[in-house]
Amino acid sequence: MATIQETITRLFPDATIEQNPIAQVSVPAQQWHKLAYELRHNPELDFDFLVTIVGMDWADKMGCIYYLTSTKTNAHLSVKVTTADRENPSIDSVSHLWAIATIFEREVYDFFGIIFVGNPDMRRLFLSIDWKGYPLRKDYDENPEVNPVTTENERQTDFTTLYTRDAYGKLVAEEKRVFEPDDFVVNIGPQHPATHGVLRFRTAVDGETIKKIDVYMGYIHRGIEKICEKLTYPQTLHFMDRLDYFSAHPYHHCLCMTIEQAAGIEISRRAQVIRVLMDELSRIASHCLFIGTYCMDLGATTMLFYTLRVREQILDIMEKTCGARMTFNYECIGGVMQDLAPDFVDDVKALLDVIPGNIKEYNKIFTGNVIAKNRMEGVGRLSREDAIDWSITGPSGRASGWACDVRKTDPYSIYQELEFDEVVRTEGDAMARFKVRLDEITQSARIISQLIDNIPEGEYCVKVPKVLKLPVGSWFRTVEGCRGTFGIYLESDGNTKPYRLKIVPPCLPAAAVVDHITRGSKIADLITIGGSMDYIVPDMDR
Amino acid sequence: MEVTTKSMPYEAWKDNEYIEKLVAELQGAGTNVIVGSLDKLINWGRSNSLWPLTFATSCCGIEFVSLGAARFDMARFGWEVARSSPRQADFIMVAGTIVHRMAPVLRRLYDQLAEPKYVIACGACAVSGGPFKKSYHVVMGCDQIIPVDVYLPGCPPRPEAMIYAIMQLSRKIKVERFFGGVNRQEKQKEFLAAHPIEEVND
Repeated sequence: MATIQETITRLFPDATIEQNPIAQVSVPAQQWHKLAYELRHNPELDFDFLVTIVGMDWADKMGCIYYLTSTKTNAHLSVKVTTADRENPSIDSVSHLWAIATIFEREVYDFFGIIFVGNPDMRRLFLSIDWKGYPLRKDYDENPEVNPVTTENERQTDFTTLYTRDAYGKLVAEEKRVFEPDDFVVNIGPQHPATHGVLRFRTAVDGETIKKIDVYMGYIHRGIEKICEKLTYPQTLHFMDRLDYFSAHPYHHCLCMTIEQAAGIEISRRAQVIRVLMDELSRIASHCLFIGTYCMDLGATTMLFYTLRVREQILDIMEKTCGARMTFNYECIGGVMQDLAPDFVDDVKALLDVIPGNIKEYNKIFTGNVIAKNRMEGVGRLSREDAIDWSITGPSGRASGWACDVRKTDPYSIYQELEFDEVVRTEGDAMARFKVRLDEITQSARIISQLIDNIPEGEYCVKVPKVLKLPVGSWFRTVEGCRGTFGIYLESDGNTKPYRLKIVPPCLPAAAVVDHITRGSKIADLITIGGSMDYIVPDMDR
Repeated sequence: MEVTTKSMPYEAWKDNEYIEKLVAELQGAGTNVIVGSLDKLINWGRSNSLWPLTFATSCCGIEFVSLGAARFDMARFGWEVARSSPRQADFIMVAGTIVHRMAPVLRRLYDQLAEPKYVIACGACAVSGGPFKKSYHVVMGCDQIIPVDVYLPGCPPRPEAMIYAIMQLSRKIKVERFFGGVNRQEKQKEFLAAHPIEEVND
């Protein structure tokens, strides 16, 4: 790590570095363009994975925090870039260095109004073009009369803006077309059975071949990040259930870990084991539902009934312990809400007994099926470089040969002690993404079988002060959700409420990359490819 | 008149006062024998073959999927024909949060449904905004955009609760008057007149 900091200070004497505990580099905005280039292309640094861009409003200045990871050395780094101009804040874009930055920067622009100079597509992402104000700014006017609910069709535009700087350093806006003037654009969604929620693709086609897809999101943007700023820490937890409702446990785990780290709370071993058990159970349930709905998208409706059989069994186990089928709100700060149900161990063992037989059955019905093979093999190929460039984590990234499992790269909780294999395939097509998930069910079952007989005795929740105040500072934690790397950025100003809580969803890149993978394929493959990315729309929209 | 459906005992229903009030209102002036029998026949058919629109925005949609699968099996009741096109569906189960951007889309879907059409507000978000009450981008209840027939609370409601809600809807359909009298379509017209769609300038 020292060498990275040395390299940066050698190249940029103005940069300040603090341990936070991830090293955070601060540079003046004018140097960011050059620093970003060095971080990406300098062989000594080589940060090729852009985890997220956190937009920030510190009242006196606006800015962004970039979280970067090197996939070769697994080093982490964050860079803080600020600008004092609140009227027309602008920061240099890095979309030419990391492909996914195009979308991340649009998100920051949407929430904070920070213009990214050089981003080819500077439109709002979740809110409509007529939306007044930037909601995550601290001085945003939340009066519903400013932005009333309307049943009038949303105003659409075929133009986007590219901002550049002229010789005097002034911003110049240039209108660009999203599609070519004579493109034939087909609208898919938001009400479409195969988009997995309310997502919309504006698809330019040439005959049956896809030329370009404009992914249009925000149909379920609920503003969770803003609501969290108005709630106390324990109150923010339950929103994690409602992001990616299949990864409710891992997401809870992440936020709890972040808050516990900030508050210096040590949780008991029993609580750790329960959390990991729940994470892995939800991973099995999630992948089961993926297999079911994906096969249904491809026309094999029967599979849904087979996979939901296992899922229902898991939901029963969860219901006995957590008291709900879907939105559990089970993990809490300091441990878990209540102790395991008396017959938890027996139920889980019964589940472990049926899983191998079920997977065999899935393979028999679907994986080996000639129609399934023809529709999935070689379709929607994503190379390893592109997966990293677009920040495609989770099973989809591993199907492209990128070993990105946070449980292995940055083990949290008790994962270090557990024996399991990271499932990595190299084909990168839809079939690989399907098979990775199928194999991960086996690995999750393996983790559960190691723990189920050794749940230690002890308290399930340690005592936590009733009014929880976090010290001033910022924290960033990631976990392996069911669909990829899920992160929480938390900044506290010493109050009972978070100053900023940024959610890093794995599904946003997964949807954004659809444009890149589908180019040149047939429109019928759009469903195959989109389904195999397994995005959950409320997760990407938040 | 005891209105019930799917052989559920009348006493087992939760809010019979509402349906009794509805019956009194609709049939207060008495019913013609022939017209009444025709009504019964039509309502019998309608209430037993409700086709939902495949419409889900978030968590509730997954419970709706569970409802369609083998364990809860809504095919037992004749509701399994989930249609992807609003032209073929009878009712929308608004399963999930409705946000500002979705509002015009939901309204258009509702307008595209063929008569007779019904709406179930499924889950806390669709009923009132639910956990997102403090949000800047969430519509506080889908009844601000479309008329709602049945409100179903829960976050998300269990599949059993969804079965109950659709059964309540079919009970409501059973007492509807198709011929003569003021039926629910009038109310719908009133609602739509009070919630007009602004002119669109393309």
